[in-house]
Amino acid sequence: MWDYTKKVYDHFLNPRNVGDMENPDAYAEVGNMACGDALTLMLKIDKKTNIITDAKFKTFGCASAIASSSVLTELLIGKTIEQARKITNQDIAERLGGLPKEKMHCSVMGQEALEKALAQYFGEEIPEDHTELEGVIVCKCFGVTDSQIAKVVRENNLHTVGDVTNYCKAGGGCGQCHPEIEDIIRQVHGGVRVEPEKPVGQKKVMTNIEKILLIQKTIEQEIRPQMEADGGGIDLIDVVGNKVLVALRGTCVGCRTAQFTLKHAVESKLRELVDEDIFVEEVK
Amino acid sequence: MSVIYLDNNATTEIDPQVLESILPYLKSEYGNPSGMYTFAGKLKRDLDKARSQVAALINASAEEIIFTSCGTESDNTALVSALETYPEKRHIVTTRVEHSAILNMCKHLSRKGYAITFLPVDREGMIDLDELADSVTPSTAVVSIMYANNETGVVYPIEQIAQIVKSKGVLFHTDAVQAVGKLPVDMNKIPVDMLSLSGHKLHAPKGIGVLYIRKGTRFQPYIIGGHQEDGRRGGTENVASIVGLGTACEIAAKYMNHENTEVRRLRDKLENTLLSKISSSMLNGHKLSRLPNTTNISFEFIEGEAILLLLDEHRICASSGSACTSGSIEPSHVLRAMGVPFTAAHGSIRFSLSRYTTEQEIDKVIELLPPIVNRLRQMSPFWHEQASQLSS
Repeated sequence: MWDYTKKVYDHFLNPRNVGDMENPDAYAEVGNMACGDALTLMLKIDKKTNIITDAKFKTFGCASAIASSSVLTELLIGKTIEQARKITNQDIAERLGGLPKEKMHCSVMGQEALEKALAQYFGEEIPEDHTELEGVIVCKCFGVTDSQIAKVVRENNLHTVGDVTNYCKAGGGCGQCHPEIEDIIRQVHGGVRVEPEKPVGQKKVMTNIEKILLIQKTIEQEIRPQMEADGGGIDLIDVVGNKVLVALRGTCVGCRTAQFTLKHAVESKLRELVDEDIFVEEVK
Repeated sequence: MSVIYLDNNATTEIDPQVLESILPYLKSEYGNPSGMYTFAGKLKRDLDKARSQVAALINASAEEIIFTSCGTESDNTALVSALETYPEKRHIVTTRVEHSAILNMCKHLSRKGYAITFLPVDREGMIDLDELADSVTPSTAVVSIMYANNETGVVYPIEQIAQIVKSKGVLFHTDAVQAVGKLPVDMNKIPVDMLSLSGHKLHAPKGIGVLYIRKGTRFQPYIIGGHQEDGRRGGTENVASIVGLGTACEIAAKYMNHENTEVRRLRDKLENTLLSKISSSMLNGHKLSRLPNTTNISFEFIEGEAILLLLDEHRICASSGSACTSGSIEPSHVLRAMGVPFTAAHGSIRFSLSRYTTEQEIDKVIELLPPIVNRLRQMSPFWHEQASQLSS
């Protein structure tokens, strides 16, 4: 069981400012169902004074996600936009008397929602999905960019990939991006990179035909049924060496978690069951 | 407020009679059963009695029972022994929904170069027996398929599975940790070579497990040490817990009927009422082929940990397939293998009953859970989207 503070429990059991808001001046949605938590933040802003006069939230997630959202709205009401911009995920966590380190990403989600809502208020470019966020995507499973990772590393003084995962989920999926995350940590702190341990494995030797058939079988039996359950679909287009080309169908087309699906549901299954060097690309 | 304990697939309350039978071994009967004096000789006989009691519950003979430290050790032992006694065979067949004691051992073995087939399951959690038959080859050292799933309670057709595997001349192991004590398990009827069970799932203490090894099965010890357990498992016997497990097995046989009538009735009442009272909820796992004490229900658009903590406010204990830890991406490997969509997998709750569960306790959960689900849905951005979709 998580060691939550009394304040976390208080905000979870009696969340402040939960609900909808009509005609909000600023609005942001962050997170998604697949990731396990999501937050919608709505703000009323007095245009003359630049003071946030009201804040509402709706959250899908665990107790600390709900508590972080609740505390965020409390922090925001009565502040000017300039003051609000200075709020960090640390402020959210501190106001809750601290969060278990595995739950720090809940505070980061709150801070991201705030940032996105203010950007929307000022009419700044709102990215349609993760792929257009500032920076380059490092963690493909959760759609986290290098600049987001660098930010949590800097602001929270993180030193390990595990910490980064706890704070922003990056690296918590297939694990492929761990070396890149280590590079970012090193760049931020200027330290020495520690080489990750490589698992020792023996590969089965397959002919190309065997490999293609196994990929086809894995997609048909392992991957497609799951995607169909979520209203989507997938077809194998071609296999070139270790590159597997697929087309997404149904609701997967244009879905904001399509990249997540591709990397997690498709690529990791193929790596597990066919060949660990496989990478998947979408044919549009 | 007293605890309403509906997490019996995680662990169970020690039966008072079991506790009674254990206490002397924690006080005056402290000898080492290997000793060459009367004080120890009695303990050796007590161990033998417990071995017979365990054997009786699964219709096996006493010498086919070895005591281990837990279900995980039994599972690990079975796999490693099979690979060591058939060194020329480097393939294992198992399922995607096994307990981590099998699953992670198989992943470990896969990294060491063994080939592992993880059989998929359908939407109800069932495996395809033809696919099983196709996957077993002359290079397969062992097939390990659970008797019943811990998360969903789905019961596998072990007799058929065992026959398929044995017809190919391959070793068959089953993790029956969740089944023994809840279902009649008969080693005379089912051609299983090895079977794992665990004490604390059937009202005995934690820290005691059993590996059943059919007579004539090739075996290599996993814990290497002294001559205990006929040289099949080193380490001084956990006498108190072994005696407790013996008592627990004897009592479990007496309650077998109760488990499959009264416990099942309460489970069905809980399940049917919750599914009808709460919209956008669904059962995970096969409706019929299921343990009598287990129900796993998804409440869509909300998250499991939040449900559990609100239940905990009323001291109701259950568990969730949600993995709201950032390091984990799969809400539950079992539910995802079944193709349960993310919308539902994150909000899954498992209730597992026992012979101690009362009607009043079930009524209390039926009364308290619907408002909890509603409260969280009012906070959920996805519930709002869903509601407007339905009305438009």
